[in-house]
Amino acid sequence: MGANLFTNYGEAVAMILFGIGFGNLLLQSNLIKKIIGLNIMDTAIYLFLAEKGYVEGRVAPIVVNGVQEAEAYINPIPSGLVLTGIVVSVSVSALMLSITIRLYRRYHTLDLDEISLRLKKEGL
Amino acid sequence: MDLVQNFPAVSILLCLFAGIISSGLKEKAARYVNTVLIATVMFLNACTLGYVLHTGEAFVYVMGKFPAPWGNEIRVGVLECFMALFFCIIMLLSLLGGRKKLADEVEEGKTFLYYVLMNLLLSSLLALVYTNDLFTAYVFVEINTIAACGLIMIRQNGRTIEAAARYMIMSLLGSGMLLMGICMLYDLTGHLLMSNIKEQVAILSASGEYRIPLLVTIALMSVGLAIKSALFPFHAWLPDAYGYSTVSSAAVLSSLVSKGYIFLLIKIIYRVIGFDIFEASKIIDVLFVFGLMGMIFGSLSAIKENDVRRMIAYSSVAQIGYIYMGIGMGTQAGMAASVFHILSHAATKSLLFIAAIGLTDVSGGSRKFIDLTGAAYRNKWAGVTFTVGSLSMVGVPLFSGFISKLLFAQAAVQNNGKMLPALIVLGISTILNAIYFMKTVIRIYTPVEENKYECITFKDMKLYAVTLVCFIVLNVILGVSSQPIVDLIEQGLAMFS
Repeated sequence: MGANLFTNYGEAVAMILFGIGFGNLLLQSNLIKKIIGLNIMDTAIYLFLAEKGYVEGRVAPIVVNGVQEAEAYINPIPSGLVLTGIVVSVSVSALMLSITIRLYRRYHTLDLDEISLRLKKEGL
Repeated sequence: MDLVQNFPAVSILLCLFAGIISSGLKEKAARYVNTVLIATVMFLNACTLGYVLHTGEAFVYVMGKFPAPWGNEIRVGVLECFMALFFCIIMLLSLLGGRKKLADEVEEGKTFLYYVLMNLLLSSLLALVYTNDLFTAYVFVEINTIAACGLIMIRQNGRTIEAAARYMIMSLLGSGMLLMGICMLYDLTGHLLMSNIKEQVAILSASGEYRIPLLVTIALMSVGLAIKSALFPFHAWLPDAYGYSTVSSAAVLSSLVSKGYIFLLIKIIYRVIGFDIFEASKIIDVLFVFGLMGMIFGSLSAIKENDVRRMIAYSSVAQIGYIYMGIGMGTQAGMAASVFHILSHAATKSLLFIAAIGLTDVSGGSRKFIDLTGAAYRNKWAGVTFTVGSLSMVGVPLFSGFISKLLFAQAAVQNNGKMLPALIVLGISTILNAIYFMKTVIRIYTPVEENKYECITFKDMKLYAVTLVCFIVLNVILGVSSQPIVDLIEQGLAMFS
């Protein structure tokens, strides 16, 4: 178990980061900190994927010197998944930030709990 | 290859293109494009459903040139076609019913954006229903979330923006877990296509290798999708989002968006993990317990609520609980009951939202119960429709809700271990449902002495009244001729494996 953890330290780090990001997104009440948590969480997943796709001593699958064997190259699919994932996480971050701006303009605070409290008082 | 086999892929692409084109159109044109689009997609899916029923077997449509283990695929069976067709019908009716309200509530000159979002939402729902590739499913889950967030926010007031922020946070937690689950499953099996993953998962589970990672993967994906579809402890965003957004959004969100995720979960259970392996894992009991809790606590919150829209929203929490209870039973009958309840709840909840807006409009726009007194006399059509919806939710024969409760009870009897809690909670929840829905119906039919507000007749709201009649007919069809639909669902579920 311990030895496995040591050889797969990249994955272990990714999991710890995922937990940190998840906790931040869930528990922080400041919206900007929540968005930072979101980005840590997403990046941890990409780290995990990149770590899984890489094979020690091999190169990216671009044929330059005529080597055709699959054994010479790493698995390119996780890299593709990472790219797609980055596009998705950029767009949701942008959306979250725009919501944050709107809330800030209305209530002059970034604290989501305080905003809820004020909404209750308004009784809209 | 037959021409019909192209239709599902074409309908997804049509929706995406319509979304792009609508963003450059004026409001009226965008609305026209949207209506024509939904009608076209409905027709295409009806053709596909006829074709699949005729051939009697599911087909796979390869997207692009690459064959099975590498390329991207669409898989079309009976249940997928039927769901897509049903989603289109509900979306069309919800949009027609809320059209007049939309013009009042959305800023002038921004209405066309509403139709852009609707087109994108439809495309993502269709893709979730049809796709055979897990990563594509993840991408469309995110598109669905973004579109739904826009639908909440398009009516600008403090409540909706806060609700949208909470909705996004919960959804992002859910999709983070789903993505992690998909990545781990890819690492365990080396595939992204559902059918290939299932083969590998069967081998892994037979050899007993990677038992714990597999369990973690199943947990991550189930819990992620449960969070996104507002299962009980994760429903905090729901009442505000459904209660204060414009009425078509509320109807579409409650009846389609959350159902899309649940349908994806059912697909994952059958086509990725395999029903037996999923049943053997303990996750299924977790879903069962939270489903039961949702059924009770959702109804209790609904009873306490003094705002009719928020009451209907809390009722959604209870109904989502029903669906997860059916999934959690771990039998084919429970699953079929859940799928039927997806249909029945979608038809009834959108009806209730659309009818409630008619009632609040004749009460000076107030949603408080005290102002709603006698509203059914002022708007007769909405009053009758709301009564039909309430009866269906409570589970009175003739309407769809009765059939789904009957199916749940039958499924519960077949499962020895879970029979007692399921039946008891089903009973309690039905009583609680009856309390808050009948309270509302009695309230709207209580006559008032002096009429403060104007009455509305058929002439003022032709389109609205026709929509309401369509909703009632849909509900009664589901309730009266349920046997062919249940057969269809069972055939579709059998086709999954």
